[in-house]
Amino acid sequence: MMLAAALRKEILLQWRTRSQMMAVFVFGAASLLLFSFAVGPNAEMLRTFSAGFLWLGLLLSSTLTLSESFHSEMENRALEGLLLLPSDPRALYYGKAIANWLQLTILGCALVPVMVVLYDAGTTQLLKLLLIILLGTAGLSAPGTLYAAMTAQVRAKQTLLPLLLFPLIVPALLASVKATSLVILGDPMQQSRSWIALLGAFDLIYWSLCGLLYGRVVEE
Amino acid sequence: MRKAYGFIVLGVVLLLVGSYVGLFVAPAEEYMGQVQRIMYVHVPTAWNWMLAVLFAFGSSIAFLFTANTKWDARQEAGLEVATLFAFLLCCQGSIWAKPTWGVWWDWDPRLTSVAVLLFAFLGILALRQFVDDPQRRAVWSAVATIIASVDLPIVYYSVKWWNSLHQQQSNPNTVSSQFHLPLRVNAFGVLFLMIGFIMLRTRLANYRLAREMAMPPVVSADQAGELA
Amino acid sequence: MNDVAIDVERLARRYGRRWALSDITFHVPPATVMMVAGRNGAGKSTLFRVLSTAIRPDAGKASIGGFDVVRHREDVRKLTAMLSHQNYLYDSLTAKENLQVAADHLGLRRNGVGALLEQVALNSRADDPVSTFSAGMRKRLSFARILLQEPRVVLLDEPYGALDPPGFDLVDRVIRDLKSRGTTILMATHNWERSSKLSDMALVLEAGRVVWQGAAGEVMEHEVKG
Repeated sequence: MMLAAALRKEILLQWRTRSQMMAVFVFGAASLLLFSFAVGPNAEMLRTFSAGFLWLGLLLSSTLTLSESFHSEMENRALEGLLLLPSDPRALYYGKAIANWLQLTILGCALVPVMVVLYDAGTTQLLKLLLIILLGTAGLSAPGTLYAAMTAQVRAKQTLLPLLLFPLIVPALLASVKATSLVILGDPMQQSRSWIALLGAFDLIYWSLCGLLYGRVVEE
Repeated sequence: MRKAYGFIVLGVVLLLVGSYVGLFVAPAEEYMGQVQRIMYVHVPTAWNWMLAVLFAFGSSIAFLFTANTKWDARQEAGLEVATLFAFLLCCQGSIWAKPTWGVWWDWDPRLTSVAVLLFAFLGILALRQFVDDPQRRAVWSAVATIIASVDLPIVYYSVKWWNSLHQQQSNPNTVSSQFHLPLRVNAFGVLFLMIGFIMLRTRLANYRLAREMAMPPVVSADQAGELA
Repeated sequence: MNDVAIDVERLARRYGRRWALSDITFHVPPATVMMVAGRNGAGKSTLFRVLSTAIRPDAGKASIGGFDVVRHREDVRKLTAMLSHQNYLYDSLTAKENLQVAADHLGLRRNGVGALLEQVALNSRADDPVSTFSAGMRKRLSFARILLQEPRVVLLDEPYGALDPPGFDLVDRVIRDLKSRGTTILMATHNWERSSKLSDMALVLEAGRVVWQGAAGEVMEHEVKG
């Protein structure tokens, strides 16, 4: 199936350029460090905002990951080459969006221990945290992959991608931070369920919508 | 384009009437006092902002289905007007919030959603600036507008839940019946102004598109050889 | 599979305020080799990009095998393979992996890839990343990618470019092989003499227009230097 072919290629490409992933992780960890300097060594405050810092760090790092995912597609017009085979643009989209999702999830999980150490923000509900990370990064990856495809083809691509993406993912950011915060600081009223549901709804809407629109973005 | 100017004039007249009534004739509101009078422009602007967003959204879908660039011109106009109104809404909201709550911004779900969409539309306007090819610009702008517009209700609900965990402030939108007349007059005033703006802006966009897509002069093979 | 013809009628394409192609009309009968010659900037690459459906024409029509390049894009793509200036390769993958990716997307099995690499004399470099390849080697790999698609129509945008004499011979071999299988071939070239020996017909472009078309044997009289 073409989706399997596309996904296989994406994973292979990511594996080949895995040194970049390391650099992005360092960027993310460094930003978490910077947030603590910005706030000050108040352990209580750092712990309260730890979820926010984690997701902000992840969001900033995602712009690097997402724009990088199209670099190899554009340098020799490889994406056009695939489309002309012919390939179904939707399969190409979902292949790349899933691969980006995987990469962002790994990044998110890697940043969790950094958060735990820097902000004393630990939790025993690791599975729930993983679920939130999975849903939140899915929310970043779907529109992010679409916009990265667009901005890879214009000048000023570095500034345009965050400009377009950041306002859009506000609901995903809110929900992810809220849910993560409840997992870390305690959830007496079981509210995290509603936030997780919101994330799920956001993901459902945007994974369908962006898949539909991708063809128009990459074809002339 | 006398129709457009007609709308604008009508809109200004209605706004003047409505604002006069709202500022000098209608009684001050019981709890909020004179500050509440800003509602006479704020609420109409809000209603018309939603219409502008809907118009931009509709034009985007129409363009993707018909590939008629007139819809791209309309979408560009709708985007700009919606962005302008969103900015005005944020200003009006701040003017209301400072004397009332002592802060410029109180994270009211409605106003916060407007702010998010303001940034989203600014991003799309920036995108339009950076793409030179008119066809591609139109397609991408339509896609981005659809994605941003679909997000509006989601943003609203997420901010509402997010904020409900904190203070519960009364919304500046509760208006009792004696205030309805100036409100409605102004609403139509802003509506006609908006229609006039959109018509004029669309015409401008159409001119520019016509110029960009104008077929360049056809040159014969001999002349071409010289030019090459 | 029937042999496929190319039909182009008053095709035009612009970039901004300049016509890159205007009023292009020609017909390529099935299983024919046509060379497209002209100076740099004459519009050869643009023509090929329109025919391959990578970009759309602004006026006129083109069809391959009876399928219109705008309305039946996917059908045209199934019949056609293109050798482009940009080689459609992934630099961070090996030669073999690049072909495997193409095979996967075509729904073909992966085991034919090795034989193709041998055919283009790249089997010794099969497991080296394309980033280490010279321009000539990339071109040969692009050829292998085309052969993988088993196309009925092949668009070759400057097949001899960046190749050495053994490379030239390889290209000639591939073209003759494709021709014997009834493939219709369109070849953009600066190498008038070599191409005219392989071609049946010729088309000369100048500043986006057709200035001459006819039998390949006569094209040398119309050669334009540059």
